[in-house]
Amino acid sequence: MKPEMNHKLHFRTAVYQTPFHPRTSALNVLNEWHRWKDYTTADAYFDETLEYAAIRNACAVFDLTPMTKHRITGPDALAFLNRLVTRDVAKIKPGRVGYCVWCDDNGQVIDDGTIFHLRPGDYRLCSQERQLDWLARSARGFDVSIVEDTHDVAALAFQGPTTCAVLKKMGLAGVEKLTPFGIGFFPFAGGELMVSRTGFTGDLGYELWIEPGRALALWDALFAAGADHGIRPMGTHALEVSRIEAGFVQAGVDFLPADAAVRIDRTRSPFELDLGRLVDFTKPVFTGRRALLEEQRRGSRYRLVKLDVEGNKLARSSYIYDRARNVVGTVTSAVWSPAAKTNIALASLKMPWGRPGDELWAEIYYQRELQWAKVMARCRVIEGAFFDPPRRRATPPADF
Amino acid sequence: MTKYDAIVVGAGHNGLANAAYLAKAGLKVVVLEKNPWIGGAAVSREIQDGWIYSNCSYVCSLLRPEIFRDLDLSRHGLQIVPYGGGVTCTSSGDILGNYTDHDVQRREFARHNARDGDAYHRYSTDVMRQCRFIRPLLLRTPPDPTSFRVRDIREMVYLSREFAKLGEQVIYDTIRFYTMSIADFLGEYFESDLVKAHLSGSGIIGTALGVYSPGTAYVLLHHYMGEVDGSSGAWGFARGGMGAVSKALASSFKSFGGEIRTDCDVDQLVVRGGKVRGVALANGDEVHADIVVSNLDPKRTFTKLVNEKDLDPAFVERARNFKIRGSSGKLNIALDGLPTFPALGPDNPLRFGDMHFIDSLERLERAYDDWKNGTWSKDPYLDLLIPSMTDPTMAPPGKHFMSVFVQYVPPKIHGRDWTDADRDAFRDTVVEQIARHSPDFKQLVRHIEVRTPRELENEVGLTEGNIFQGELTMDQLLFNRPFPGYAQYRGPVKGLYMCGSGTHPGGGVMAAPGANAAREILLDLRKPNTVPEGWTDD
Ligand SMILES: Cc1cc2nc3c(=O)[nH]c(=O)nc-3n(C[C@H](O)[C@H](O)[C@H](O)COP(=O)(O)OP(=O)(O)OC[C@H]3O[C@@H](n4cnc5c(N)ncnc54)[C@H](O)[C@@H]3O)c2cc1C
Repeated sequence: MKPEMNHKLHFRTAVYQTPFHPRTSALNVLNEWHRWKDYTTADAYFDETLEYAAIRNACAVFDLTPMTKHRITGPDALAFLNRLVTRDVAKIKPGRVGYCVWCDDNGQVIDDGTIFHLRPGDYRLCSQERQLDWLARSARGFDVSIVEDTHDVAALAFQGPTTCAVLKKMGLAGVEKLTPFGIGFFPFAGGELMVSRTGFTGDLGYELWIEPGRALALWDALFAAGADHGIRPMGTHALEVSRIEAGFVQAGVDFLPADAAVRIDRTRSPFELDLGRLVDFTKPVFTGRRALLEEQRRGSRYRLVKLDVEGNKLARSSYIYDRARNVVGTVTSAVWSPAAKTNIALASLKMPWGRPGDELWAEIYYQRELQWAKVMARCRVIEGAFFDPPRRRATPPADF
Repeated sequence: MTKYDAIVVGAGHNGLANAAYLAKAGLKVVVLEKNPWIGGAAVSREIQDGWIYSNCSYVCSLLRPEIFRDLDLSRHGLQIVPYGGGVTCTSSGDILGNYTDHDVQRREFARHNARDGDAYHRYSTDVMRQCRFIRPLLLRTPPDPTSFRVRDIREMVYLSREFAKLGEQVIYDTIRFYTMSIADFLGEYFESDLVKAHLSGSGIIGTALGVYSPGTAYVLLHHYMGEVDGSSGAWGFARGGMGAVSKALASSFKSFGGEIRTDCDVDQLVVRGGKVRGVALANGDEVHADIVVSNLDPKRTFTKLVNEKDLDPAFVERARNFKIRGSSGKLNIALDGLPTFPALGPDNPLRFGDMHFIDSLERLERAYDDWKNGTWSKDPYLDLLIPSMTDPTMAPPGKHFMSVFVQYVPPKIHGRDWTDADRDAFRDTVVEQIARHSPDFKQLVRHIEVRTPRELENEVGLTEGNIFQGELTMDQLLFNRPFPGYAQYRGPVKGLYMCGSGTHPGGGVMAAPGANAAREILLDLRKPNTVPEGWTDD
């Protein structure tokens, strides 16, 4: 059920349970939880390595409910969103999802997220951070309604090569026709289940959205259908590995949301996050446009790059040096990629460093049996995702 | 008769901090205090058997951590214990809780206004940015912008550079911020009147200005720029009451060989040949030193301690015009048990925090109107805490000490002096407001110590009872504090210095004015500096 938080005694439950909690808690034999905004959420259920393996090999379920959601409707919904984000929202047709970023007046990224065009003129905006303040401020002059409905929608990420087979088995007729970033609605347990072909793993996968009262029915149906297809629950740790392999940035990790920056030079523009493809200057107005045009003219300050780091020691939070041993940036995310069998990292580098072929070194501190050591590891800038299987795009997807 | 290297007049916490640094540098220092106890407005006294009152100041955040460490205050017994959050009880029986937990706090604000829940994030980021600008200046001597001495120019360059680092937009914001009203400032973030009323309290505490008066936004910053263990803007209790701060400073001072004399009312500064020679006590004795540091507020220092004929007329005028209006009072209450606040319920963690009962800006402004009309607010703003819930040393087990700070309370009633009848009526106004939110409160009251500006002036020596030793307005801040041209702790007579809250960076239990003044004195004596400078964060 939907947890009721809008009352005076909410402090008694500082951290709430999602509607899936009866199931997730039963499966979380490690009892490893952390806090994601209003909710408690699993770090790992039984073995994070095996949970990750399920994403790439079979299918894995992640409780996505705490993700911030806003519902945007009204005559000016499209015009408003087009003012808000840097890409052209008119191109996101009903039944489609678009990844986007939004900036402050200085062209610095406030957050990234996804716009779901649910039905004509009816949008959902998902984001890392709460955005009501910024959305309301941006909405002045627009005839639009903005409601934060995080708690009204229970959601699961369902990711991996056997996901389509499982959804078909669940009876979602035609789900295989969904192309990447497509949305479908299916009757379910007397209500409606929304399925989007989206995810944070860079693999074949879906996200399932349902009214909280039907959350447990969804979980049960999914696990029943998935029993013969290797279904596993996955926690945040497993998701994090696949997220970095896919090369996705995360707010608060790979960049600081502009409205949270006390030190004003800590922010990044979309170009500086390698998200320039999301900036559409053919739109005559959007917030940050003037500043971003100016940045194009003058050049960016930073570049976000994907690095292939020599050796097997994680370059977590490492300084990156140039050939002359000057610090040119830092690693923001790093992981050993089990899929690519590569030591990988996302790093924010000062311009002009980070061109393909640049000689870069990561300073890595690592521990072996309680003893610390340091290596300088050679890094290679690579383009595209670290792991990008063709099944991610195939429509209809194969059964495994 | 012994001659001292320096005399500090007043054992307020700044006088003690100043004396400690001078003694640490090897000077022979005596502190002369008129009261039988030390601490000034940072004092703990056992007025009821078994109850310790923080008679004046009651919570701690501003005390500079650099000084805490440097003077080894932990070894000298000082412990600061954070308390969490605050709450405003509304007249309809609801609450607005400022919970310490980020998400709980957001939900609570959102409960009253969905957008305000998210806006708090932007608000605290912007306030934090202002804190980061002001903090490095706290343990620095303000430059004199009109002087062309190398040091002042260097300091001006430093200031301008720090300012420039803020970036164009933030510079505009900063200039606006320093001159804005707290109501206008909060209006840029929040929609809910309740949220605004709750947050604006910090903008008027100790200040004879209303929530709509320009300058009150800065006063809020003055209450946010402190910290407890790096938690910015957090407040805590000094274990044992605020007197524990003074006690630890005194102990540190004594460990450097310093001497404190209580019951030692200083009557006059002794000036001969345009130079300070010492002080004359009320009992007729004289104490000699070539350096005298006044911990008293600037008005008192230059209209009472120093004979006005020893000063230039223009300077005397400045001192007389120094803005030091009393606007606060306090009730210290011994309780036979823990009062209940039904709006909070028995388990709300904010019972440990600060409590307030004014739920709109309008009511706050009306409270200020009463002050302008020459009377205490009939519906006052209270900052109420029960320190004994956190600090077991304050009252016997099961009993409690309640500290109630009251805004606004004028220094005079319709132009005449306070009478005891006024004081009692003022007390009743406050008690009634609390009783409206706590039905069992009155029957638990065992003793009340009432402090109006009259008591504050007579006892602590705060002119008009102004808690900050002078208003914290732009015309009296930074290089204008206390007066333009005298912000570097030196008085107009050779050998006379100032070290109280009336100097930069101002009021509160901060110890920074005392420390900064010591740095200047040591500089004049060409002694190596013993005082920390700047700040320890980046
Ligand atoms: C009611 C009240 C509540 C407050 N609440 C807080 C709070 O919660 N937190 C906070 O940080 N700040 C608070 N403050 C402000 C803070 O307490 C003061 O700004 C600070 O304590 C002032 O310290 P000081 O050393 O500069 O001067 P004072 O404390 O004013 O010290 C001056 C000393 O000089 C002595 N003296 C005066 N005349 C003579 C004389 N002729 N001869 C010898 N000695 C003399 C006085 O007795 C006194 O000891 C509050 C103040 C008050 C009054």
